[in-house]
Amino acid sequence: MTEYETIVGLEVHCELSTTTKLFCGCRNAFGEAPNTNICPVCLGLPGSLPVINRRAVELALRIGSALNCRAQRSIFHRKNYFYPDMPKDYQISQYDEPINVDGFLELADGSRVGIERAHMEEDTGKTTHVGGGGRIHEAAHSLVDYNRAGVPLVEIVSRPDIRSAVQARAYVDELRSILVATGASDGRMEEGSLRVDANVSVRPVGATEYGTRCEVKNLNSLRSLERAIDYEVARQIELIESGERVAQETRHWDEADGSTHSLRSKEEANDYRYFPEPDLTPLAPDERLLAAAAEGVGPMPAERRHRLSEIVSRSAELATRRDGSTDQVVTVVDLGLDDLVVGAVTAGADPRLALARAANEAAANADAAKRLDPIAFAALLKMESSGRLSSTQSKEVLVELMTNGGDPGDIASRLGYEAMDQAALDSMVDDVIASNPEEWQRYRGGDEKVAQFLLGQVMRASRGRANGKLVAAAFAARRDI
Amino acid sequence: MTARQSPGIGSVAGIAAAVRSGEISAQSVLQSSLRRVAELEGDLHCFNAITAEKAMADADAVDRMVASGIDPGPLAGVPVALKDNLCTEGIPTTCSSKILAGWLPPYDATVVSRLRRAGAVPVGKTNLDEFAMGSSTENSAFGPTRNPWDITRVPGGSSGGSAAAVASGMVPLSFGSDTGGSIRQPAALCGIVGVKPTYGVVSRYGLIAFASSLDQIGPFAATVADAALGLEVVAGHDPMDSTSLERPAPDLLASLDDGVSGLRIGIVDDFLSDVSAECGATVMAAAEALAAAGAEVDRVKIPELLLGLPAYYLIAPAEASSNLSRYDGVRYGLRVDGPDAETMNARTRGEGFGPEVKRRIMIGTYALSAGYYDAYYGQAQKARTIVIRAFEAAYRNFDVLLTPTTPSVAFPFGSKVDDPIEMYLCDLCSIPSSLAGHPATSVPFALSPEGLPVGVQVLAPALGEVLMMRVAASLEKAAPPGVRGPVTP
Repeated sequence: MTEYETIVGLEVHCELSTTTKLFCGCRNAFGEAPNTNICPVCLGLPGSLPVINRRAVELALRIGSALNCRAQRSIFHRKNYFYPDMPKDYQISQYDEPINVDGFLELADGSRVGIERAHMEEDTGKTTHVGGGGRIHEAAHSLVDYNRAGVPLVEIVSRPDIRSAVQARAYVDELRSILVATGASDGRMEEGSLRVDANVSVRPVGATEYGTRCEVKNLNSLRSLERAIDYEVARQIELIESGERVAQETRHWDEADGSTHSLRSKEEANDYRYFPEPDLTPLAPDERLLAAAAEGVGPMPAERRHRLSEIVSRSAELATRRDGSTDQVVTVVDLGLDDLVVGAVTAGADPRLALARAANEAAANADAAKRLDPIAFAALLKMESSGRLSSTQSKEVLVELMTNGGDPGDIASRLGYEAMDQAALDSMVDDVIASNPEEWQRYRGGDEKVAQFLLGQVMRASRGRANGKLVAAAFAARRDI
Repeated sequence: MTARQSPGIGSVAGIAAAVRSGEISAQSVLQSSLRRVAELEGDLHCFNAITAEKAMADADAVDRMVASGIDPGPLAGVPVALKDNLCTEGIPTTCSSKILAGWLPPYDATVVSRLRRAGAVPVGKTNLDEFAMGSSTENSAFGPTRNPWDITRVPGGSSGGSAAAVASGMVPLSFGSDTGGSIRQPAALCGIVGVKPTYGVVSRYGLIAFASSLDQIGPFAATVADAALGLEVVAGHDPMDSTSLERPAPDLLASLDDGVSGLRIGIVDDFLSDVSAECGATVMAAAEALAAAGAEVDRVKIPELLLGLPAYYLIAPAEASSNLSRYDGVRYGLRVDGPDAETMNARTRGEGFGPEVKRRIMIGTYALSAGYYDAYYGQAQKARTIVIRAFEAAYRNFDVLLTPTTPSVAFPFGSKVDDPIEMYLCDLCSIPSSLAGHPATSVPFALSPEGLPVGVQVLAPALGEVLMMRVAASLEKAAPPGVRGPVTP
């Protein structure tokens, strides 16, 4: 049987989180009463004219820069087609001269997906079909809300570099964290802030020509993206295997029945009659605009992962991914806790311990963790490393630190977490050896499993106050005499 | 032919000065305007709507300002007429089309608010060819406007109502829009001054678009000085229009009487063989008058300008096809119901648009279609560039250029309306400046043997309004008596 390769290119529409719309002063807000954020411009009333929102241009340039694109002189075009939720019956978009071109996105696993373009356009209104199960043809009537009309969008078009549904998901995931990191978007797929269309095709492994592609729409979550691509790939392979051809068409993903349905064929597609928008002047990103766009933007997730991995791996060997990231690194950067870890390490904390605590205990309450003082966090970790606190105690103190703040030393005292003195610990170790002679002999013979048992006995006797590392050292010292 | 010269209700400058000084009230000026409208409107049909009540309130406000010592502005108490494609808040704005039936704009065009702020008193909305597409106002869904010089003839178009309102002395100042000649041609046919400014000098915000890259708003008046004053008031940067130039309104009046001594003026040869004898002779007479006033006058051939007309009749319809898409029956204006949105849309547009508008939407849609774009729209844009370059070359040798405004004088109703090409040729001489975005003005300079006004067109390079109006003022001075309105039909 022939083996097939999956080819996916993604078009991601991202709503920019500007205060106002792209071409007028109306508020850009989600979830408000229908047709309240509207004016002559975004309603496309006769005589109204668009004026570009400078902030939207800056955010578009930020996105381009984060995706390693080249910013260029661009113009707007009109994309003409009739639809009731489009006030002017044309959409102001960018066509063959977009503002950002030729970039790439590096995924967490180190693979790269090419970015063809990231262009600006306006959003349409929102239609609700009443009656007839919500489909336009069976609806009794339709209601249109123009609050969304004219909301600024950036459409990010990838090259067909994606090779699996899993990678497609990773791409959107990474893109989303970049969009959030740039401050350009809130990245909420469920509110439609981020909308994904997938161009899917298959070809026999080794082939150089692309197969015929289908564009899949209505992908409202990462899960539906992954499912829809898997479904579409299987459908196309089945067609080819049974001697049929894949038709170039637009298909609709149905979340409920888990399949795609033909929406329109290539022949039925609109002729958009693109032509340069005469109401707007060309948009040339000059130095000033680029500087304004760059202002206040920190490093992107990939760069932050590199930085964090480097700091952590200096002191410890880690099971690394291709780009040197561990799952912990990915988690910490995703949650925006990398500055906390880096700060703590700079203040003298053990890097590996700092990363582990951030990726687990701190991550469990990320919002609180973001407010943690890295110095206090470092102080706590140092108490643990030095044996003053056991790991169990340290975690308790961390929870308290995140909830109420304060000084880790004071918290530890208040909780009664005082380090056991060496004499008390020695006597406990000797007691455990005395009451478990058989295990002690096996331990001396090199049985590592029994080491854990002995350690556990001491921890139990000390009710968790003993420092595991020091206990292990005490056993080792007695064995090696 | 019974038209006779009339002072109308007075000049813009005269009325404004008298109202500002308290010599006459804005209310009494308005009343004489409304009386003249009442007297002549039945013959001429200049207006789609006369907003007497609102005008009276506006005039009252002006009078109150004067009474309390506040200057109402340079157009204090001046009654003005507005082409019915300029949005006026709460007042029907129809573009003389059935498709906008019942629509009340929720806002004023920038031009309208600037006029109000200058103390002007809008009296009504004037008739036009539907969506400004035409040269005779015969394409109005509400019936044509008649030429006050001869009511069996067209006033020109598309701004025919605005031109006839000034030419008949109903108002001393009106505003129109010019896409390929829609101010200059009716000005010429009605014996008044009409100015199309440089693209971007006057804000288009609130002007219902026909062809966005060509549309400009401009004034009509009986004299060059009044037209200049009207233009000064509405010109200047507007942040609501991205194509509005970031510069203040030009000072036109200061140098209006400086004469033409030493100016280099070119007579464009290329149109002369395509226009009627009297239109050609008028240009030559104007040239002689300017030479006598001290200008260096020479003839110049710019054959590239003849590319203008075919290029225009692709670019303008292409933009129009997109601009007029929004009239879909969904949000405002006419709706003819159907079983689904698509059918409702098709029926609404089928019934709402007249034949000329449909023709241009079809031409424009075709010109932009995949597979035809390069051959039509693309080629037309190249021709537009050639026209611009040709002008640039000519303006290296000349300060302004002189051409006929129109190929003929006002023509009888029905004589061209069934032959679109013949009608399109009305714009032959006015289109090149539109494509280049340059200013141009038409000044009445002669009467034809049948007693109809003949205009001459002064062209200038971008932002050359000051010089252009100076030349126009010199022509006005040199013109024989009786060539310009107002007249009483």
